[in-house]
Amino acid sequence: MRHLSTKATCNSHGQDSSYFLGWEEYEKNPYDEVQNPKGIIQMGLAENQLSFDLLELWLEKNPEPAGFKRDGKSIFRELALFQDYHGLPAFKKALVEFMAEIRGNRVSFDPNHMVLTAGATSANETLMFCLAEPGEAFLLPTPYYPGFDRDLKWRTGVEIVPIHCTSSNDFQITETALEAAYHEAQQRNLRVKGVLVTNPSNPLGTTLSRSELNLLISFITTKGIHLISDEIYSGTVFSSPGFVSVMEVLKDRNCDETEVWDRVHIVNSLSKDLGLPGFRVGAIYSNDDMVVAAATKMSSFGLMSSQTQYLLSALLSDKKFTKNYISENQKRLKKRQNMLVMGLKRAGISCLKSNAGLFCWVNMRHLLRSDTFEAEMELWKKIVYDVRLNISPGSSCHCTEPGWFRVCFANMTEETLDLAIQRLKDFVVEHTANGHSKSNNSSKNSKRKLLPKWVLRLSSRDRDHEPDER
Amino acid sequence: MQMLSRKAACDSHGQDSSYFLGWQEYEKNPYHEVLNPNGIIQMGLAENQLSFDLAESWLANNPDALGLKRDGKSVFKELALFQDYHGMPTFKNELVEFMAKLRGYKVEFDPKKLVLVAGSTSANESLMFCLAEPGEAFLLPTPYYPGFDRDLKWRTGVEIVPIHCSSSNGFKITGCALEDAYEQAKKLNLNVKGVLVTNPSNPLGTTMDRDELNLLIDFAITKKIHIVSDEIYSGTVFDSTSFVSIIEAVTDRNIDDTHELWNRIHMVYSLSKDLGLPGFRVGMIYSNDETVVAAATKMSSFGLVSSQTQFLLTNMLSDNKFTSKYIEENRKRLKSRKEMLVSGLSGAGIECLNSNACLFCWVDMRHLLSSDTFEAEKELSKRILFEVGLNISPGSSCHCSEPGWFRICFANMSQETLKVAITRIKDFVESITFSRENCNHQLTVLDSRRRLVSKWVLPLSPYDNNEPADR
Repeated sequence: MRHLSTKATCNSHGQDSSYFLGWEEYEKNPYDEVQNPKGIIQMGLAENQLSFDLLELWLEKNPEPAGFKRDGKSIFRELALFQDYHGLPAFKKALVEFMAEIRGNRVSFDPNHMVLTAGATSANETLMFCLAEPGEAFLLPTPYYPGFDRDLKWRTGVEIVPIHCTSSNDFQITETALEAAYHEAQQRNLRVKGVLVTNPSNPLGTTLSRSELNLLISFITTKGIHLISDEIYSGTVFSSPGFVSVMEVLKDRNCDETEVWDRVHIVNSLSKDLGLPGFRVGAIYSNDDMVVAAATKMSSFGLMSSQTQYLLSALLSDKKFTKNYISENQKRLKKRQNMLVMGLKRAGISCLKSNAGLFCWVNMRHLLRSDTFEAEMELWKKIVYDVRLNISPGSSCHCTEPGWFRVCFANMTEETLDLAIQRLKDFVVEHTANGHSKSNNSSKNSKRKLLPKWVLRLSSRDRDHEPDER
Repeated sequence: MQMLSRKAACDSHGQDSSYFLGWQEYEKNPYHEVLNPNGIIQMGLAENQLSFDLAESWLANNPDALGLKRDGKSVFKELALFQDYHGMPTFKNELVEFMAKLRGYKVEFDPKKLVLVAGSTSANESLMFCLAEPGEAFLLPTPYYPGFDRDLKWRTGVEIVPIHCSSSNGFKITGCALEDAYEQAKKLNLNVKGVLVTNPSNPLGTTMDRDELNLLIDFAITKKIHIVSDEIYSGTVFDSTSFVSIIEAVTDRNIDDTHELWNRIHMVYSLSKDLGLPGFRVGMIYSNDETVVAAATKMSSFGLVSSQTQFLLTNMLSDNKFTSKYIEENRKRLKSRKEMLVSGLSGAGIECLNSNACLFCWVDMRHLLSSDTFEAEKELSKRILFEVGLNISPGSSCHCSEPGWFRICFANMSQETLKVAITRIKDFVESITFSRENCNHQLTVLDSRRRLVSKWVLPLSPYDNNEPADR
């Protein structure tokens, strides 16, 4: 008899994909400005480290919430005992208001429709358990966050069928792609229960346009299926066209209280906006009472610490703070993204035009030896081991076109980002000169044989090393 | 097409059992010493509220732990970013030390075999996902914690088959009962993957003795199945020497380190009962099987412990002076509270199962049933809820095979409230006994008189003896 379950012994949690492999290499040889300047720079981690000073300042000024106090009195006991899966009312209220604020108060949320979970990872899995049977499927536009292969499928038995998006139209979702995905599911005998999108998108860094959102709503209305909008990056939108939440579009289409209203669900978290992944703050928002009821009970399997709920209810209730934080955070993200985009441009690398997220979707197709995923893997390994940057290959995000990479910019200092850009630049020059890319021409080839490699490298460095560009 | 999954739409999460009904009534009319002295007293909640002052005094003396500081410097950033599902190493080190201390250092734990999860609710479910396929089964001795029907079965699809224990031997697990349960599972075409026990037991309040543990171990060896020991109440054992953990029991059998049984022993623990911190969501799985540890670690992504909380508790548990004092003082207070309930009930002619642990007593009210049936138990349960104003847990909600047993909690209220509860029970018992005696008496002596006086007179008489002092 089999000793352990298939879930325990299989590999479908996706943990062995290249996405995680890069992390492992980084762990073995992590960059440190002083102690390991030649180490691998982590650019595969979508963390927001840019605005901690604002949070730390608030904590200094407001010691009570962290100290389990309210108006000078200890509420330790009350918090220690609070395990109500309906969540701390004050926190839910503050959270829905924060969510509304991020959406420019164009929509409002009812705390009674919100379910708190220990992180968005838990929220997404729970929604799968609520909406689909094992063997049923959700459609996801590619490229998508690699973690979904584990979060949505592993213990739930739900399948993912990709909605193929391509660079021909900047990876936007099209009606054709939606229908093709639905059809593919049918061919595989999989009943489609819904579509799950991440808006703003990970890994693209773009917000869904109104027309894409309208397309999605029409699609789910016709097919009678669910729509989950993972809006975990909603607070990281830093430039136009701005963020349009699916709730806003539903409202604009006068869908309130219609059948489709009950089939739209939002996932949220404070891990990206506030940069607090360690605190495990996630939420499901649903208009369907039964989903809210079931998800609430399921949240028993991953409740938020009451200690954390209390601290954050105080933080988010401080409207002066939240207003300032949201705007300042966006400014800093925009500046950082621009730094990376410009830096890559100077290395002859372009990025998908983005207005959100903690990363850029970078086009390195011209650096591939061939238009294949093998070539992408080869390039990726070089970047990890030779250039010493951990970035995420598009294949790990199920991208249909080889050569795209997700490169994070908000989880390091400006200096480190500078260094990373420099390393990449040097690599590109050498890479191109050595004829590794498809765009190489034969005259360079003959010269290469006449000069030692180190000379070529040196001369290329001299051209680019202008202090102003750092 | 069905819009929601069966899991979302069904009732098998058990939330509608009588266990939860009493809670709902309590929510509508909760007792308060001043504001609602006639309200329902909550005695169905196994919380440990007896030792908060000790924790609070520690917190007052250690502001850095709360202020997210280490040696005066802020570690906020580090904590905010810490989401490693391997858990905070320092926290795990302190936990294994604490767990060993609770067991009188008779066993040692390896932090690498510990997986942190948001509460033991999460730990138990994850273990089921790791050890069993949907449709396979675990055997559980009855009576058991009602929450298991949800935690072990709901999303996992795993089945529970009961190991029937009875009062004839103090509800101890017997070889016969184990075999019967195994056979029952076979009849139901269920593949048995293991046995799950809670030690100390909820709702019995007793620790498993060596005989039971050895029976269990023999059984697991013969059938080649897992043992999951939920030791969430291990810190509530009044006398530490009487608790034998599963790891200790297996070690004492001198089973070779490499014997395959070791890979099938798993423990669950939490700080919710010992330290009284259910709100902080600190649970853990301890397993000797590397694959289980690896899988459970990845699964913990679905319920990680907040880094803010890990940091606070690392500091608290690293204070050895505090933990030693806490463990000892907590045990004393629990023991004294239990004795208060037991003697109070005894004064009302109600006996409890002899217990040495936990936050509740397993109370024998069989003699108060109108008949030896679960309907009668339900009836009594409702009377106690609505007339006496106490929310206690009927044995049927714990799958007890004998009607008339109830779990009554004693550690989630003040001493004064417990006294009020005991008095209410006493009064209730007296009124039942009196009216029963009266009934019998009246039936014989007053049988003739009944035909002479009007009906309304008879019901009045039992109530005349209700002296205000008794309330």
